[in-house]
Amino acid sequence: MDVVTLSRLQFAITSMFHFLFVPLTLGLSILVAFMETRYVRTGNVLYLRMAKFWGKLFLINFALGVVTGITLEFQFGMNWAEYSRYVGDIFGAPLAIEATLAFFLESVFIGVWLFGWNKVSKTFHAVSIWIVAIATNLSALWILLANGWMQHPVGYVIRNGRAEMVDFMAVATNPYGLIKFSHQIVSGYVVAAFFVLGISAWHLLRKSQPDFFRSSFRMGAVFGLVSIVLVLATGDQHAVEVAKTQPTKFAAMEAVWETSKGAGINIIVIPDAQNERNIVEKVFIPKLLSYMAFHTPEGEVKGLRDFPRQDRPPVAPVFFSFRAMVGMGFLMVILALCAVIASFRGTIERNRLLLRFLLYAIPIPYIANQLGWIVAEMGRQPWIVYGVLRTSDAVSTSLSTVQVAGSLAGFTLLYGFLGAVDIFLLVMYARKGPDDDAGGILKPAGREV
Amino acid sequence: MGLQIIWFVLWGVLWAVYFMLDGFVLGAGMLQRFIGRNDDERRVVINTVGPVWDGNEVWLITAGGATFAAFPTTYALMFSYLYTALLLLLFALIVRGVSFEFRGKLESSRWKGAWDAAILVSSFLPALLFGVAFGNIFSGLPMDRGGYHGSFISLLSPFGLLTGLLFVLLFLEHGALYLAAKTVGDLHGRAKRVAQRVWPALLLVAASFLVAAYPATRLSENYFRVPLLLAVPLAAVAALLAIRVCLARDRILPAFAASCATIVLVVATGVTGLFPNLIPSSLDPASSLTIYNSSSSHYTLRIMTVVAAVFLPIVIAYKIWVYRLFRGKVTVEDVMGDEQSY
Repeated sequence: MDVVTLSRLQFAITSMFHFLFVPLTLGLSILVAFMETRYVRTGNVLYLRMAKFWGKLFLINFALGVVTGITLEFQFGMNWAEYSRYVGDIFGAPLAIEATLAFFLESVFIGVWLFGWNKVSKTFHAVSIWIVAIATNLSALWILLANGWMQHPVGYVIRNGRAEMVDFMAVATNPYGLIKFSHQIVSGYVVAAFFVLGISAWHLLRKSQPDFFRSSFRMGAVFGLVSIVLVLATGDQHAVEVAKTQPTKFAAMEAVWETSKGAGINIIVIPDAQNERNIVEKVFIPKLLSYMAFHTPEGEVKGLRDFPRQDRPPVAPVFFSFRAMVGMGFLMVILALCAVIASFRGTIERNRLLLRFLLYAIPIPYIANQLGWIVAEMGRQPWIVYGVLRTSDAVSTSLSTVQVAGSLAGFTLLYGFLGAVDIFLLVMYARKGPDDDAGGILKPAGREV
Repeated sequence: MGLQIIWFVLWGVLWAVYFMLDGFVLGAGMLQRFIGRNDDERRVVINTVGPVWDGNEVWLITAGGATFAAFPTTYALMFSYLYTALLLLLFALIVRGVSFEFRGKLESSRWKGAWDAAILVSSFLPALLFGVAFGNIFSGLPMDRGGYHGSFISLLSPFGLLTGLLFVLLFLEHGALYLAAKTVGDLHGRAKRVAQRVWPALLLVAASFLVAAYPATRLSENYFRVPLLLAVPLAAVAALLAIRVCLARDRILPAFAASCATIVLVVATGVTGLFPNLIPSSLDPASSLTIYNSSSSHYTLRIMTVVAAVFLPIVIAYKIWVYRLFRGKVTVEDVMGDEQSY
């Protein structure tokens, strides 16, 4: 393998690993903030115990998210020096802004939340987890504006042998970045909701602390249903944006070879990129694809044959990832709806089948998130910046294959080990359940650090 | 033109503040196993940095992000040329962060011992690597129009290693003073003794660095050109001496403040000598990366200046607030009484 392939593989592994932790952070910070707010409002210790139990799992997950994030910032320069040099005038800004606006807030107030139980007022303690939640979501905004620019470059000119920014507001309000942001954050909320639902289900199946986990279950169910509906709504808008700005990605997502108006969708498809056709096409729904792409049944959908081969993304991984993601999305709507109904009817503990389903459903939104990024990033190929810079021209010229192969092996081993430890700890603390007395806070202890 | 100078200063400030803040976390990490004789004491050491280490590390991310946004060519070449060194640095910073979080999660002496060892290595390595990296930046990288002609091994030059040792000792002293300021009893006594014992070694290495920098780097050119600038290294030496004076009078907080000043002024000494280079070339001066030939466009620098001018003061304000919130000593009783602590 060459430096480009190895660097791509390394970026994929390190960013996908980082992204095992980020979506949960996005959503669980908000859920914990809700829990603690209810404690402050009602004085009911149950909500305090909830905030502490889910907060502990939040922290185990958060630590790995933070430390693996630095890798990504450094890798742009380490492995993609030509990219960094060519687009740094634009791309560096959102990264620097993300650190200044979001990372400082997040890191300082997570310290206040973790160590400040007896140092700040009850209300301010709840405010500090809200600040963490807002900062986390704010960081998603800026990194997705940065990614949005790679997908749909705006506000720049090519000058002095590089892309230079001429309109910051265009970059900061790039519709592609904004729709991606809205789709991503609610996808993160779904991960958190199913995480809470699944762990609650495990405890409800064992009848351990039923009051605690019934309440947690209900919050997870409502949060999950609202979020998954928003995932579908934003996903629909996202598809329109992709069809408009990245016709090759859209065609690969649906394995479309011929340009046509009023295009339909085949439910069962097996694409064959070699021969520019689909081997299998079954169960046809007319007009649906045009409607999906343009929200009108007669819109013209571009086929891949209209683009030269060297400008096409790999079709099969993009196509199957997209199909699987959408399928999982609909499955999660059904699961979340069942969870909400069972919760409000008060029948969850009797519905053991649903509980078991929900336990095993914990990985589904994680996988759907990863698949979404496979669609986004592989669908953009062969470009690193769509239509502007090819991935093969973006890699560092000073690197040797030995260097990158070594770093790839190092990351794989280190991340594999840390991931295993993290899952081990999460499972252990999730099984242990909440402390009965809400920990040290209810004791009239002195100053605690 | 003016903006490039502003961003050069800001670039130096971000690195200096990062080293000042993470320096004591790295120092405390190197000392944790030796100053803490039992599990409780070792927990106390971690918990003295617990509320702040993450926020301190963000200064590194911001320094990296600012380099990317303001000097993209320098960012691109510096990070790809120093690939292996940065890789080891990343591994170490990753391990350090999770060690703090994971160590206390299991009641097992083997588990905790393993993470304590990880904290030691992952605190020492960044201190050394940052020193080696900056030593090489000060002396220049072997690069020309054809690219980079060095390797990870070539970074380990005598001057690179000397600067690495300087950083390790600076952070050890800094961490010992921080721990002395934040602890009581035996821990406090041991931390203070470490600070007293490291200081002479630090003085020796700092003096060697200043002497060696003359033949090994071209940092002195700016000082010959504008002798008034010599105030910066002189202030660094004064701050270093002030640490010893304060220690002798048992005034720990002022000694720690002097140690903060020493780190900032050491970075300032190097960066002042570099100007207007960001990374000089040791082969061909015309291939040096300067603030003029590697910067972003005027428009981007203007945007970033506005962002920094508006948000950095806010960041500094709440950083100061959080340090005041967590001021005071951390004791074994504190750590035992809080099941959320590390």
